[in-house]
Amino acid sequence: MTPVSSASGEHAGDEAGTSWFYNPRVRGVVFQFLVVAALVGVVAFFAYNAKTNLERAGIASGLGFFSERAGFDISQTLVPYTNDSTYFRAFLVGLVNTLLVASIGILIATVIGFIVGVARLSKNFVIRQLAQLYVEILRNVPLLLQLLFWYKAVLSVLPSPRQSLEPMSGVFLNNRGLILPEVIGQPGSGLIGYALLAAIAAAFGISRWARARQLATGKQFPSLIVGLCLIVLLPLLTFFVTGMPVDLAYAELKGFNFAGGMVVNPEFMALLLGLSLYTAAFIAEIVRAGILAVSHGQTEAAFSLGLRPRRTLQLVVIPQAMRVIIPPLTSQYLNLTKNSSLAVAIGYPDIVAVFAGTVLNQTGQAVEVIIITMLVYLTISLSTSAFMNWYNRRVALVER
Amino acid sequence: MDTGSVAYVRTEDAPQYAPPSTKTGAVGWIRDNLFDSVANSILTIVGIAILALIVPPVINWLFIDAVYTGDSRDACVVEGAGACWAFVNAKFGQFMYGRYPLEERWRVDLTGILLIAGLVPAAIPQVPFKRETVLYLIVVFPIAGFVLLTGGNVDISAGFWMTYAALSVILLAIVAAVCVNAKIPVVRPLAGVAFGVVAVALVFAIAAFDFGLVYVETQLWGGLLVTLVVAIVGIVASFPVGIVLALGRRSHLPAVRLISVIFIEFWRGVPLITVLFMSSVMLPLFLPDGVNFDKLLRALIGVALFASAYMAEVVRGGLQAISKGQYEAADAMGLSYSQGMRLIILPQALKLVIPGIVNTFIGLFKDTSLVLIIGLFDLLGIVTLNFSDANWSSPNTPATGFIFAAFVFWIFCFGMSRYSMYMERRLHRGHAR
Repeated sequence: MTPVSSASGEHAGDEAGTSWFYNPRVRGVVFQFLVVAALVGVVAFFAYNAKTNLERAGIASGLGFFSERAGFDISQTLVPYTNDSTYFRAFLVGLVNTLLVASIGILIATVIGFIVGVARLSKNFVIRQLAQLYVEILRNVPLLLQLLFWYKAVLSVLPSPRQSLEPMSGVFLNNRGLILPEVIGQPGSGLIGYALLAAIAAAFGISRWARARQLATGKQFPSLIVGLCLIVLLPLLTFFVTGMPVDLAYAELKGFNFAGGMVVNPEFMALLLGLSLYTAAFIAEIVRAGILAVSHGQTEAAFSLGLRPRRTLQLVVIPQAMRVIIPPLTSQYLNLTKNSSLAVAIGYPDIVAVFAGTVLNQTGQAVEVIIITMLVYLTISLSTSAFMNWYNRRVALVER
Repeated sequence: MDTGSVAYVRTEDAPQYAPPSTKTGAVGWIRDNLFDSVANSILTIVGIAILALIVPPVINWLFIDAVYTGDSRDACVVEGAGACWAFVNAKFGQFMYGRYPLEERWRVDLTGILLIAGLVPAAIPQVPFKRETVLYLIVVFPIAGFVLLTGGNVDISAGFWMTYAALSVILLAIVAAVCVNAKIPVVRPLAGVAFGVVAVALVFAIAAFDFGLVYVETQLWGGLLVTLVVAIVGIVASFPVGIVLALGRRSHLPAVRLISVIFIEFWRGVPLITVLFMSSVMLPLFLPDGVNFDKLLRALIGVALFASAYMAEVVRGGLQAISKGQYEAADAMGLSYSQGMRLIILPQALKLVIPGIVNTFIGLFKDTSLVLIIGLFDLLGIVTLNFSDANWSSPNTPATGFIFAAFVFWIFCFGMSRYSMYMERRLHRGHAR
């Protein structure tokens, strides 16, 4: 660009006389420079304040606290943990608890959500209205309220251990939680697990082989049924062949509480109930929208080709509906995982309650603790969306 | 022709019989919809059984066995008593206003009326003056609400005014210098900046003016008031930020785009709880010594940042839905970027995303209940707080309180979701030919 001569803004269209002010490249560079400079300035200001404030309060910085002794107890530990363990162990316990409640919650929410979603499209008036009632009530009430309701108004008014409800023999329900018989494996029980893994692998292989064969020859194979039979029967067979090497240890009432057995905390139950019922309402709407998104012409085309209703559903409707359902479904799974952080309100030891709660209070290192907590959730979210983007590209309609 | 001899040709219609009774009326409907096959009949029976199992006990507990009057727990601990509505009745004022002073509650009511006066004409598509109403809602109402709720009379020091004036002069000088250097007319940009500076000063002046209202600190706020304040401030503040972020994410400038993407994905990737923890624990660390934000304001900042990321994604959806021709047409007309956005793109895009904005608001409205975790007493917070009142502790109190709070939240959310569906249908109709 030649240097600016005597032109003013009125000749803006004239290339030789244009002011640098109207040059998009200059404007772009200047604008970006200003934005970055402002951002750096704000961040530097915050960092400086944080540094001086922390020094004044005498709070250590860095991640050294991870190897110190935690000194508090956690009510549900899936990894070995005592109050002598380190803060890092406590962090791991919280993380595992979060992942546990999220994964079981996702499973239950998906099952309920699909059932309710299909029920909302049912021809049956009663079923349709019931499903709609479920969705409209659960979806429009805050999750935190639902969690507190389950925890404080339902589970804590259950009878005390001595008057436990016993819905099945060996299963007790009281205000200390749900007490199940514990499964104790004798030597040889590991084989059952291996059998299960082998069955799943075989089912997967069969379905791939069946698909390849159908593509090549057109011959169909009932791979779903065969696979399911394998997954159920093979471990069962191993169980009996190895001489039933599994014992059930029933809980017994001793004094005021139960001894033995496997205890599911009321906090865990409340969180699981709340999360899965709430998310299921959203999943139901997604499923409904997905099925409705498959145009009627597709069903009619399938019928006119002579496909039976079941095959139409299986081969035409569901594959197309899934394409619409999967992306919002994943974001619901992410929401459920993020919402599991509400555990802190009812005292379930998830990562926020343990790490951003107790550990933060004990060490005072707010900046490190909060950033690490956020990074954990960010890692989960971003890796899921990366997977989703990949999946979307794979299943996206290839258009002209 | 002699038609009479052809005996089998009818000359008039056969008499019409009523359809069989199994095909009409209630019976026909029931047969067609509920019992047309074995599977369907089983489903119907199961559904009715579920209803019969749930509905009578719930109705009994909620209404028939419920205790409506009484002034202590004694009324509600009776054997076989249902919901303890007397508790809600006694605490209703607290549930709505928190500990806001009794004699000042008219200010909250007035703020509510001002809000409704703006919202109703804004929400009904047929009412004219949309631009003015929206301006009222996002400029006049927040200032009036702030003054009414807190009492105004903010202590702004002379030093602040001096700094503000000095900064304004520097800003004006920079604008003038840039204009002169770039050899473009000076008057219009200067006037624009001066207008902005004066407008902001005016807002500060109103906030600092003594209207003779008693100061009510935010510690005393509570109940539905806090729920609405957090949700509305969150959504109003997130709106401009969200638009800027959405434009930034679609910008051609790499630095701007990168910053917007990182900002949006960061807030969307973390749960609101951690954001609230951050704003309540970390924010004080980031501020210079002596500057202290009130707890409610800290929560508001967290909520607004969080909501703006979601708002940005909603607005981006609208921007992407506008066809490329519109952008090209704006360029071809010789409009600058900001003119094109303000006059052509955003009016269309924002109209398209009204349902999305309402849905974001519903989500935010429900999420405001999380502020109880950082010690603010919104509706849910104040209801749970009152469970520990020994005067009202009974086995049915928690359930009653939760159901009351759930009902209030439900009314708001359900109403808004219906409105969003209505707008969606309306907008859809506009596009279909």
